[in-house]
Amino acid sequence: MDAQITSAITVDRLVKRYKTVAAVDGISFRLAPGSITGLLGGNGAGKTTTIAMIMGLVTPTSGTATVLGALMPKERYRVLHRMNFESPYVALPMRLTVRQNLSVFAQLYAVADIDERIADLAADLDLAEFLDRPTGKLSAGQKTRVALAKALLNRPEVLLLDEPTASLDPDTADWVRGRLDRYRHAQGATVLLASHNMTEVERLCERVIIMKQGRIEDDDTPARLLDRYGRETLEDVFLDVARGRGGHREVAR
Amino acid sequence: MKGSDTGLDFSFNRVRAMVRRYWYLLRSSWPRVLDLIYWPTVQMLMWGFLQLYVSQNGGPFVRTAGVFIGAVLLWDILFRGQLGFSISFLEEMYAHNLANLMMSPLRPVEFIAALMIMSVVRLLIGMIPVTLLAILFFGFNLWSLGFALAAFFLNLILTSWAIGIFVAGLLLRNGLGAESMAWTIMFLFLPLTCVYYPVTVLPGFLQVVAWALPPTYVFEGMRALLIDHVFRADLMLEAFAFNVVLFAAASFAFLKLLQSARAQGSLLQTGE
Repeated sequence: MDAQITSAITVDRLVKRYKTVAAVDGISFRLAPGSITGLLGGNGAGKTTTIAMIMGLVTPTSGTATVLGALMPKERYRVLHRMNFESPYVALPMRLTVRQNLSVFAQLYAVADIDERIADLAADLDLAEFLDRPTGKLSAGQKTRVALAKALLNRPEVLLLDEPTASLDPDTADWVRGRLDRYRHAQGATVLLASHNMTEVERLCERVIIMKQGRIEDDDTPARLLDRYGRETLEDVFLDVARGRGGHREVAR
Repeated sequence: MKGSDTGLDFSFNRVRAMVRRYWYLLRSSWPRVLDLIYWPTVQMLMWGFLQLYVSQNGGPFVRTAGVFIGAVLLWDILFRGQLGFSISFLEEMYAHNLANLMMSPLRPVEFIAALMIMSVVRLLIGMIPVTLLAILFFGFNLWSLGFALAAFFLNLILTSWAIGIFVAGLLLRNGLGAESMAWTIMFLFLPLTCVYYPVTVLPGFLQVVAWALPPTYVFEGMRALLIDHVFRADLMLEAFAFNVVLFAAASFAFLKLLQSARAQGSLLQTGE
């Protein structure tokens, strides 16, 4: 069977070069449908660029990124309605109320019953009390919940998350992780999550891809990574990789 | 929910969603609404009183009722039309919302259609009160131009959209570093399109440039109507032909700049 059909996301020898700098340097991986994968790496490791190429926002210098069988960015309009994303670096218009924002994006994604979908998400993500408040007047935690609601509006089959709990307090961050996990199990969605937060990755992800300087340094389940590096936490594994200490293996998936 | 390979399909629903987004924004902010009316009013009053003054001392050209006021009102259609388009686009950059839109099923052509609609909405909010004030203060009724006004409006708004599309491409490619272009690019048209004087005033080589710009035909047409009482349909058709070329060139430039923005990763970094 074709790899593009058995994988929700296929990245093949993907390269993004800005002048002389390689932001992403020949990475390859496949994500199975319904899987949740963490993309780990320090600042400048190439996580955001990788996700941006998968979303079709950035054109690769070479190699390919395929989502649900569609080549990105060339065939993106075949699948954009089946995907969504959330990032703390992208915001929703501040002066619009939460309901107005969700309603606009629901219409963009051709959601069938907009009012009902917003009501469901409001109940699920505890938005009801501030649905009619301007988005800019909300706390960081509330804004993250609204951004998550926007990301789930169209019940995406592929969900891309770029540091979804950045700048949140531990309690809210934990709450968000719980909701993400629940959504993935309920919908069978494929989730790719870029994060600096090892606790988050350890809790949510069944597979971890560690990037450094645009390359994949390691790729395995959290348990096997801990075992191979002889560490107790992913944070220690991450530090070992970042500082070039042991455990590394060639990745061939 | 359907998708296509080409991105050439068009959804009125997505256009409506974007128009709603801008309408909500406008509705929530009275300074934004005031800004639409304030400057056109100041301009109209200034040129109106200047015309009043020179008409008592000048020759037949300036004595003709409404030449200056007509010119300033038509100039505002051109200038405010482009500004309305560009400001709506800039609002997405100020809000850091562009990546949300680019990642959604919204097609560029639908985005542009919504910006065009909003440029007309913003223009009407600003211009209707100003044209009524022109009647009140100076007895100049722009609406009495009837069909000619429709032809003037169509040609001016087409030019303003073409320039707006080009500026949107520059903003996508260069981020807010290109913001000043949105505010100033149209002023290049002010001397060259002969808003307040006939084309014959320009030196020969600049006349060639002027006749390559669609608004020049409109302002010449306005003077022909107000001074000689003749509607020059030929000028309007020529303006339309130049507008088709300008619009196609701007759309092509926009698509190339968008392509370049994707290659350079500028859609992720839409700040300075």
